[in-house]
Amino acid sequence: MSTPRPSSSPPLRSSDEQARRDPALTGSHVDYVLGLADDALVSAQRMGWWISRAPQLEEDLALANIGLDLLGQARSLLSHAGEIEGAGRDEDDLAYWRDERDFRNVKLVERPQEDFGVAMARLLVLSTWQSELYAALQRSTDPTLAAIAAKAAKEVAYHHDHARQWVLRLGDGTEESHARMQAALDAEWPWVEELFDESHLDPALVADGVAVAPSSLREPVLRRLEDVVRAATLAVPDVPPRVPGGRAGLHTEHLGRMLAEMQHLTRSHPGATW
Amino acid sequence: MYGNDFTAPDGPRPAPSAGPGDAPPEPASFLAVLAEGGRVEPRDEMPEAYRRTLVRQIAQHAHSEIIGMQPEGNWISRAPSLRRKGILMAKVQDEAGHGLYLYAAAETLGVDRADLLDQLHDGRQKYSSIFNYPTLTWADMGAIGWLVDGAAIVNQVPLCRCSFGPYARAMVRVCKEESFHQRQGFEILHTLSHGTPAQKAMAQDAVDRYWWPSLMMFGPPDDDSPNSAKSMAWGIKRFSNDELRQRFIDMTVPQAEVLGLTLPDPDLRWNEERGHYDHGPIDFTELFEVIKGNGPCNKERMAHRVRAHEDGAWVRGAAAAYAAKHEQEHVA
Amino acid sequence: MSTPREPLWEVFVRSRRGLNHVHVGSLHAPDAEMALRNARDVYTRRQEGVSLWVVPAAAITASSPEERDAFFDPAADKIYRHPTFYDVPEGVEHL
Repeated sequence: MSTPRPSSSPPLRSSDEQARRDPALTGSHVDYVLGLADDALVSAQRMGWWISRAPQLEEDLALANIGLDLLGQARSLLSHAGEIEGAGRDEDDLAYWRDERDFRNVKLVERPQEDFGVAMARLLVLSTWQSELYAALQRSTDPTLAAIAAKAAKEVAYHHDHARQWVLRLGDGTEESHARMQAALDAEWPWVEELFDESHLDPALVADGVAVAPSSLREPVLRRLEDVVRAATLAVPDVPPRVPGGRAGLHTEHLGRMLAEMQHLTRSHPGATW
Repeated sequence: MYGNDFTAPDGPRPAPSAGPGDAPPEPASFLAVLAEGGRVEPRDEMPEAYRRTLVRQIAQHAHSEIIGMQPEGNWISRAPSLRRKGILMAKVQDEAGHGLYLYAAAETLGVDRADLLDQLHDGRQKYSSIFNYPTLTWADMGAIGWLVDGAAIVNQVPLCRCSFGPYARAMVRVCKEESFHQRQGFEILHTLSHGTPAQKAMAQDAVDRYWWPSLMMFGPPDDDSPNSAKSMAWGIKRFSNDELRQRFIDMTVPQAEVLGLTLPDPDLRWNEERGHYDHGPIDFTELFEVIKGNGPCNKERMAHRVRAHEDGAWVRGAAAAYAAKHEQEHVA
Repeated sequence: MSTPREPLWEVFVRSRRGLNHVHVGSLHAPDAEMALRNARDVYTRRQEGVSLWVVPAAAITASSPEERDAFFDPAADKIYRHPTFYDVPEGVEHL
């Protein structure tokens, strides 16, 4: 999409430099990276449900590929968050031993998605937002984050294409699929606005060039989403947004259940390796 | 099993293997290809019974791959580390791929995948009995990789030289991709058996439950395997059920020692004279019950599969409708 | 529940160091765009390729086994098409 270019702020190179930062800023930095990591992890967990349940065999493979990409992004981001935090927590400590109030993902990704239309509507939203985000994050002054973003940008471009192809087919397919795809968009749309919410982001991180201002992605993301929706002969939903809060650990009731399932085995065997 | 072809003795017999007396003579060109160890290709002349046997066997093999996604898929959401989660997702995904390659091989014989799936869904075609066992603990992911995939590989490697070209080529691809499956299972068990006492107990329990069903994957003993002779003459099958089973046991026993786990057969011991491990009697009545649909999970596996198929109907219908509407654009 | 018949597509992959697209298998897809994407997901999971073709299986015309002798045997005695057929005097290079 866009190539990395030098930023106005100096890159944060060494751990020394990070250690000299205001500890509050380091905390915000960890939270920011955790937010992106949890978006990917929770999405991967939901995507895993589809393997063996897709509408056709080829789609089982496609959704597994997308899930694997998201899981890979989550692992890199969690490891990075653990390094910035400096408390010795690795990807599994962060994935399996945090409680739901400590998860920082948006609520868009945490609800069940056991309808193919919903899965594709959500993937369209997520991948559109992630592709704009990762394109911009390639210029982050956090060089590790920039590198993760550069790799992830290619992956989410494919996810976006996949979701777009299906939204077009379901929207402009049969009468039934048109209605179901519209219902799926209507169900996902209220959760879109949270992606642009900045109320829980430390402005210093944006000023530092580490983070991308969420509000700056609103216009391009919505424009791209609306283009696909219209091309699919569907209507852009006119629905009020739901309250944000995922980035502050205020989730829907679905996340706790999902984590209970995901974390149960690991937590039953403290200290074990797998 | 995977690429094996048998039914319960009192179950319905597969149609094509009529008595040798009433079968029409096999074409000379077909016999010549078999004699020189060549490959029969889809458009070559072949006996109708050969074609039907292959369709049934390849379809059953494909069905096994896609039903086989379920027992392992059961643990994707609960894998105990992110690394293990990724490996498991990739493995279950591979199984979908293997099913796909095999359906494609069957389709070269003039059948349609959609029809084969219908036959799976309404019970006219079978899948491997092994997937009707539940996966109760994480260690079952290890036991399936090590024992079930291990048994599958022993059976599938000779199929790479099967007389039917498309089946043999599909198996080459499958075997290549599957090489990591058995290894990751062994690694899971090795980690568990060298972990906490609870982990080791979990590993032993999984091996105890999966050992006998894995041996049954090779099918009934040779004396009770009426279709085998014809399949061997046709170059579809290269080794007998008992030969393959013995090969698997001989391979696996030393690996169990490395794992520090025991195999649940008190009669298992090295026979110097035979140069093989002897083993205790296998209770094949269990196998036949599972094949007849009375295994622990037959109903759940079929219900899951049929539901996925039915839930996806509107999606497939939409894709077909969209393709029909937009066909002109692509031609233009 | 009637299942719409999805067309079958043949998939060809050119590997990173490969000179030609090589047939690797087939798959089902409702249309060409999805066939190409499915081919990517099914047949290049292990970095098998850098370029893909999908062709409707119905569009392929194949030689038949009955034609094999007439098609291919006549090439067998044209050994002069191969460089090893020719004698080159000792010491001559770059020929």
